[in-house]
Amino acid sequence: MRRFILIAVPYIWLVVLFLVPFLIVLKISLSDAAISIPPYTPQMGLSAGWAGFKAFVSELDFENYIFLSEDALYWKAYLSSLQIALISTVLTLLVGYPIAYGMAQAPDEWRATLLLLVILPFWTSFLIRVYAWIGILSNEGFLNQFLLWTGIISTPLMILNTDTAVYIGIVYTYLPFMVLPIYAALEKMDGSLLEAAEDLGCSRTSAFWLVTIPLSKAGIIAGCFLVFIPALGEFVIPSLLGGSDTLMIGKVLWEEFFSNRDWPVASAVAVILLLILILPIVLFQRNQQKQREMEQ
Amino acid sequence: MAQTVFAPWDDPQAKPLIQFKNVTKRFGDFVAIENLTQDIYEREFFALLGPSGCGKTTLMRMLAGFERASEGQILIAGQDMAAVPPNKRAVNMMFQSYALFPHLSIWENIAFGLKREGKPKDEIAARVDEMLRLTRLEKFAKRKPHQISGGQRQRVALARSLAKAPKLLLLDEPLGALDKKLRQDTQFELMDIQEKTGTTFVIVTHDQEEAMTVSSRVAVMDEGRIIQVATPAQIYEAPNSVYVADFIGEVNIIGAVATREGESYRIDWAEGQPPFTAKTATGFADGQRCHLAIRPEKVAISEERPTDAANAVEGQIIDIAYLGNISTYYVKLANGQMIKAQTANTRRLSRRSFTWEDRVWLSWTETAAIMLET
Repeated sequence: MRRFILIAVPYIWLVVLFLVPFLIVLKISLSDAAISIPPYTPQMGLSAGWAGFKAFVSELDFENYIFLSEDALYWKAYLSSLQIALISTVLTLLVGYPIAYGMAQAPDEWRATLLLLVILPFWTSFLIRVYAWIGILSNEGFLNQFLLWTGIISTPLMILNTDTAVYIGIVYTYLPFMVLPIYAALEKMDGSLLEAAEDLGCSRTSAFWLVTIPLSKAGIIAGCFLVFIPALGEFVIPSLLGGSDTLMIGKVLWEEFFSNRDWPVASAVAVILLLILILPIVLFQRNQQKQREMEQ
Repeated sequence: MAQTVFAPWDDPQAKPLIQFKNVTKRFGDFVAIENLTQDIYEREFFALLGPSGCGKTTLMRMLAGFERASEGQILIAGQDMAAVPPNKRAVNMMFQSYALFPHLSIWENIAFGLKREGKPKDEIAARVDEMLRLTRLEKFAKRKPHQISGGQRQRVALARSLAKAPKLLLLDEPLGALDKKLRQDTQFELMDIQEKTGTTFVIVTHDQEEAMTVSSRVAVMDEGRIIQVATPAQIYEAPNSVYVADFIGEVNIIGAVATREGESYRIDWAEGQPPFTAKTATGFADGQRCHLAIRPEKVAISEERPTDAANAVEGQIIDIAYLGNISTYYVKLANGQMIKAQTANTRRLSRRSFTWEDRVWLSWTETAAIMLET
C-alpha cells in the first residue's frame, strides 16, 4: 500500500498538471473559433447529460489541422523553427564543448568557481538578460560602438532584428544547459585513459577524438537535447531579438492566441509542436537511461 | 642438467636495454629522483620497490615518456629518449587503474594499439586472438570492461600492453587491486608470460613479497635514490643497509660496537652482557659502531642454553604471534632489547613448548647475523 502511494504521487502529479491541461488544449484545438467568452464553440456543459455530451463530441472536428496543413505559413514556421533550433544547438555545442573541456582540465581549486560562473546568469531574470542583449546588439549598442571606436567597421552592423541576433540569444541563454552535462561527463573521465591512448600510439589529437569525444558522448547528447527541445518552441528570444521575417512557431502560436484570438488554431499549433517534440524527448530519455546502465 | 644462470648484470660484455645516466627529476622544489644511474638488461624482470613517494612511479613514467628528466639521460636500446614522445616509443605500460577504454569491447581494447599502427585487418585480428589466448580471455572478447571481474580486467590490461610486442613493458602496481589469493596466482602468470614473450618487464610495487616473487632483480628505493640493486635472495640475505634489511621482510636490529677478533668480530651490544660474534666480508675498524641485523627465522629458541651455538642470550617471552604455519616470539633481553624469533609450527598448538612469560634461550650462528655500517 505504501509502495502504491509512493508510485501514485508522481503519476497524479503528471495527470493533473500535464495530461489534463493537454486534453483541454486538444479539445480546444478540435473546436471552432467564435466571438464569445471563451472564444470557441462548442462549450462542454454537463447539464445536458449524456445526450449533451454526444452532441458536443459530434461538433468537434479536425478542421483546424487541415487548415494548418493548407496554409504554407505554418509549414514554414515549423521548418524554420526546426532549422533555427538545429543550427543554434550546433553553435551552442561548438561554444559549450571547449568551455566544458577547459573547466574539466582546470585545477581542482578553480572548478567550483568556474561552475558558479556558468550558473551565475540564472540568478538574473531571463527576460532582463534578453533585453540586455538589445542594448548590446542594437545599431547604437555597445558592440557597434566598440567596433566603430576600434575602426574595424565604418557603418554600424545590422545585428538586432535578424536571425543572427536570435542565434546569439539562444546560444547565450542555453549555454549552461550544454556546458553542464558535458562538464559532468568530462570531469569523471580518468586521466590515465588519455595516457594509455598515447602510450598505445595515439597523438594528442587522435587521443582526443578516439577517447575524450566518445567518453563525453552521453554528455554531448544530453546537452544537445536540453538546448534543442526548448529552442524549438522558443518565443521570447525571436520576438525580442529577431526581425519581422524571423519565423518561429512560438511566435506564431503567440500571435494566434493574443493577436488573432483564434484559440482553436493556436491549440492545434501547440499540439503539433508537442508531437514534433515527442521524438527528441523519447531519444533523450533513452540516452539518459543507457548512461545510467553504463554506470552501474 | 646444468642451466646457465640468467645474470646479464654480471657480464661486462652485455649491453643494457635501459640506461639511466645521472638522471635527476624535480617537480618545483621537490626532488623526485636524485642523480640516479642504473642499467636494466634485456629479458629482465626488474622490480622497483619502495614506500610511496620514493620516486619509483616517476622513474617508470620517465621510461614511458610521460615525464622528462630535469637532468641526465635516459637511453633505451642505446637511443636517447629525451625528445621521443610516448606514442613513438617501443614501450608500453600497464596502468595501475588498468585504464581500459570503457566505451570499447575487450577485443577493441586489445586492438587499439595495433590499429594505430595501421596494420592490415587480418593481421590485427590474428594478433588480438593470440593475446586473448595468452591471457585466457577468449570468452570475454565481446564484453565491455564493466562487464568483467577485476582479475579479468587486469588480464585485459596486460594483453593490451603486450599486443604491440613492446621491447619494454612497464607495470605500475599491476596487482594492487586484486585480493591476496588472486594476486599470487597472477604473479606466476605474469612470470610465465614474461618468459614466453621474452619481453623486458619493469614493475613498480610497494609490496616486497610481490617484488621478491616475480623479479630477477629488485631495486630498493628511498627518497629518489636506489639504495640497493640485487637479486631477491641477495637483497634478503645480504642487505647493504639497515633501511633495506628493514624494508624487506622482518629483521632484528641491534646497535653495537665491533672489534676484530681473529677471523670474526666481537660485538659488544650492551654493558655487562656477554658479547656476540659475527663474521662478515666487509671490514670494520676496531671500536666502530655497527648494526647487527638478524632475521627472526634464523634465531633458534630453546629451554636450555645450547652448548654448540656461537651466540646465545637469555630472555623472557613477552608476546607470541601465531600465524598458522609459523609463530613469532617476542623475547625481551636483560637490557630491554626486543628480539623476534620465528619457528615453524610443525607440532599442533596444544603441544607447543613455550608460552608467555617463559624464560628461554635464543641462539644463532656466527654467519646468521649481518653486520651493517648504516
